[in-house]
Amino acid sequence: MVRYVASRLFQLVFICFLISIFAFLLVHLLPGDPARTILGPNYTPASHALLMRQLGLNKGLLAQYGTWITNIFHGNLGSSFLTKQTVTNALSVAVPIDLELVIVSQVLALAVAIPMALVAAMRPNRSFDKVATTSTFGMLSLPTFVAGPLLVLVFAVTLHWVPATGFNRLSQGLGANLKSVILPSVALAIGSITVYYRLLRADLIATLQEDFVTMARSKGLSTRYILLRHVMRPSSFSLLAGAGISIGTLFTGAFVVEVLFQLPGIGFQLVQAIYADDYLVVQGMALVAAVAFVVVNFGVDFLLTVLDPRVRRA
Amino acid sequence: MPDGRAIVSQAPGELLAADAGSEAVLVLETVPAQADTGARRGKGLGVTFWVCLVWVSLMILLAVLASVLPFKAPNAQDYSAVNVGPSLHHLLGTDDLGRDLLSRVIFGSRVSLVIGFAPIAIGLVIGGALGLLAGYRSGATDTVLNAVSFVILAFPALLAIMVIETFWKPVSLLKLTLMFAFVGAPQLFRVIRATTISFASREFVVAARATGAKTSRILLRELLPNILPAAVSFALIGVAIAIVLEGSLAFLGLSIGLPTSSLGNIINDGVNSNNLSLNPYIALWPSLYIFLLLTALNLMADRLRSYFDLREVKL
Repeated sequence: MVRYVASRLFQLVFICFLISIFAFLLVHLLPGDPARTILGPNYTPASHALLMRQLGLNKGLLAQYGTWITNIFHGNLGSSFLTKQTVTNALSVAVPIDLELVIVSQVLALAVAIPMALVAAMRPNRSFDKVATTSTFGMLSLPTFVAGPLLVLVFAVTLHWVPATGFNRLSQGLGANLKSVILPSVALAIGSITVYYRLLRADLIATLQEDFVTMARSKGLSTRYILLRHVMRPSSFSLLAGAGISIGTLFTGAFVVEVLFQLPGIGFQLVQAIYADDYLVVQGMALVAAVAFVVVNFGVDFLLTVLDPRVRRA
Repeated sequence: MPDGRAIVSQAPGELLAADAGSEAVLVLETVPAQADTGARRGKGLGVTFWVCLVWVSLMILLAVLASVLPFKAPNAQDYSAVNVGPSLHHLLGTDDLGRDLLSRVIFGSRVSLVIGFAPIAIGLVIGGALGLLAGYRSGATDTVLNAVSFVILAFPALLAIMVIETFWKPVSLLKLTLMFAFVGAPQLFRVIRATTISFASREFVVAARATGAKTSRILLRELLPNILPAAVSFALIGVAIAIVLEGSLAFLGLSIGLPTSSLGNIINDGVNSNNLSLNPYIALWPSLYIFLLLTALNLMADRLRSYFDLREVKL
């Protein structure tokens, strides 16, 4: 176990190191003098000299990386030359929004997927199962940039239940806050529901064929009791793995959703920075987002090995 | 079990595509052995498969022949017909600048289809060749290739592509294709490698080796035909994933720039500046196109999987 964790940790550090190199080299993809391009309209000889020093551009590549990574470890992720805002500052605004989106959408997805899978698995290939399986198959073909506009069209434009865009902080009241995140969360949840439902249904059906289920049945226990107390737990490993896998989907979806609904999360701010050619902000945010993605993935993976010892031996 | 039918068993899980996403779009699904395979077996691929195939081919044909067929110019503005609904003159209506939506969707689908198919084809050739080799050879080749694929897959793909685009301007179809292929190849590599491993120790491969067949012969004549169904089925899902990724990029305004419009762009047009309440068709038609295209691809992959009885492919 210790050896396994150590090797996973080593992998994690190695990948993060690669991400940092990758992010660092981005600036060098810029044509010509990177400092000049980064400054754009803000170019003055003084700011140019400052940036050159800050990025260490007058030194060798290795020394540049040294300067850059040292800054990052000191919490300096760079700052915008357009708005003067630091990346750290922008992130502190954005991260809570992303967290809220992820949590609300995942709670929604699980709340829909688990009961659906339980009912479907009880009687596989019967009408409920068929309807549920077909509709999740359809949801597979509804990417966020298709589902989002449809939801806005129905619930904001036609029914006026919720505002189409904008974000209300929690400090503006729970109701207002929820109203502004519910539609984006549903748009995000659609992809996750499909994943969770299919995983759990398949696992449940497989577990229901185990001998211990027949045993429980022959003792006269009710189907509901067997499902909830005997079958649910051993069937939930794939669900957890699926949660890890759908992080990537969430990531992509969150970018689209934030732009569509104008929620100032990481995705929104990153896209704004890309539109504005705010290179250093893009670099800093991409670094943080990529590292966060990798760390969360490894976290889920680790949790899985703790819960299911079979994974470790595989 | 006849030899053409692959049972690929390694770890729990059947391949399925989740909706969109970066690398994390594979879903493991354990399907109990008795599940629906028996009924579908022996009936061929089924009507659904062929309908979907015809549908996708039709979409590709329309996109290829778009400039020859009598469509209106996708960017021609007609201010005397702004935001009109579907009519005989404009079959799908027009947008807020009076552009014909049918031709915009057809021309817009070109980008989606190229980015959907070209990178996956490249990835299938490169990833497939390496996967066959790694799966058959094992040892150092396998270890190195496997590690490389893991590292590439650890990156969030959409983020990486978005960011590289920002610094590596201008965006072009070629660059996008290359970047998508770079992300797709390791995925296909992993599937094909896992499938190959499960066949490499089967009797017919051992027999071929015993008769003194060359490695190239074993790879191409013995292994390749057996792994092809899994590869094609997975590649179809890959196409769907690539189309979703490109659509997301285009929706964010980060795919091919104007004047070339792609489906994601058009949806974004339809969402901006009150268009959704004034003329929902602008967003609806390209959405419908994408939905039907993805459904067809997913169904085809699904049919192939159940026909060839592909189960439990390790990632």
